[in-house]
Formats: sequence, C-alpha cells, structure tokens
Amino acid sequence: MDMEYEMRGPYLIVHVGSELDHHRAECLKAGLHKIERERGIKYIIFDFNGTGFMDSSGVGLLISRYRDLSMSGGNVYASGVCPAVKKLFYVSGLHKIIGVYEKVEDIIYGEK
Amino acid sequence: MEKNEMMVIFDSSSENESFARMVIAAFVSRIDPTLEELADIKTAVSEAVTNSIIHGYKDGKGDIRMHASIADRELFVEIEDEGVGIEDIQRAMEPMYTTRPDLDRSGMGFAFMEAFMDGLEVVSEPGKGTLVKMTKKMGAI
Repeated sequence: MDMEYEMRGPYLIVHVGSELDHHRAECLKAGLHKIERERGIKYIIFDFNGTGFMDSSGVGLLISRYRDLSMSGGNVYASGVCPAVKKLFYVSGLHKIIGVYEKVEDIIYGEK
Repeated sequence: MEKNEMMVIFDSSSENESFARMVIAAFVSRIDPTLEELADIKTAVSEAVTNSIIHGYKDGKGDIRMHASIADRELFVEIEDEGVGIEDIQRAMEPMYTTRPDLDRSGMGFAFMEAFMDGLEVVSEPGKGTLVKMTKKMGAI
C-alpha cells in the first residue's frame, strides 16, 4: 500500500488494506496512537475500499477509536465497505454507532 | 464425494491468522461454497485462532492445531491450543464479554463463531488448553 494514513482537513483517513484481522488491527492501532500523539485528531474515516475481510478484532479497533473520539466531540466513519465486511457491521451492531458511507467524499463533503 | 480430511499445526503468531484463513478457504473450495459461506468460515476460523493467540498463549509461543474434514457438503473444523484454558466457558461466550478490554477487544469472537457457523462447541480446562469445534453445512448446488 502506498499510503496508509492521509489527512484531509480535519479528517484522518485510514486506508484499512486488504484484510482487517487482529494482526492488521494491532499495526493500525500503533500507527494511530503515534499520529494522535503528534496532533489532535477529531475525525477518523476508516476507508474499507479494497478490504475483503474483517473479524471481531476490526470491530474492537473501530469501537475503541469511536469511544475515545466521541468523548471529545469527534466521530468515526467507515467508507467503501464490501458486502462481506458490511455483514460484520450489522451482526455486531457496529452500524448503529459508526456511519457507513459509499465514498470518503460523501463523508467529507456530504452531511454528517 | 468421499470424506476428505486435513490437519495443520502452526505457531501462535498473529501472521498465521491469515495463513489459517487461506488454508481453510483452500480446503473447502473443492465443495464450491458460496462467497458468503466462504466468508463465514474464514471469519469463524480467524476468531478461534485469534483467541488461541491472544488468550490461550497470551501472545507467547505455542502450537495451534487446525483439523478439518468434509463429508456430504458439511465442514467440521477444530482449532486447538495447549494454552491457559478458559475458567468460565459460559461467561467467555457471552457477547461483549472480554477478559482483555486493555487490548481493545470487542468481545464478539464467540458470538461471530456462533452466528456464522451451524454448530459450535467449546471444550476447555484451565491449564490444559482449549478446543473449539465448529460445523457448517454448505447449501446444495
């Protein structure tokens, strides 16, 4: 992957990669902690474009970021979610707290 | 179709989570599962293997054994470790319950195994290890 993290205005975009399991979640968690220490992050967009797999470790990662950011008035979003990953959002109830959008641009330029 | 069986033993390293998913996906591919069935199986196996790594061996070294067989379009898969075992299986299987909130665990592992497979049985003894048995019947083609 060429770029894992990308800032667009107040949004930190995280390019999730091909699979979000425990191994990948730990890598992303470490990267996010580093970025969050360096600068205040209010909004995170997890871009699932190209992601074909997620398990409960991914659910845990998204919930933990939501928990921390929502306490300081921020938010967490998801974009580009394929049907297999969407199923996990629904079975876990994650879709009730994290908005799922088709594209990153829908979040940045659309209604939140 | 005749019964087919396989077993692999691998290290409890997080890189092997994707390895275990690839192996089980390749193994069931001969009975042509749907994409959804395949995704369900990969998720369930990933959950069980991750449990062994994080909880069974607490991120330390150990062997994880994956044993699977297929007969009459039904998959049986077992994930076994010789880790610390589970004190209270019923509690561990409750959705949202986790012993490791420090690791940002969702507590959904067993709930996903239950939701995505047809059968789930957990055998565990503290100090001895844990055996997770799952079954899934593929739809007729």
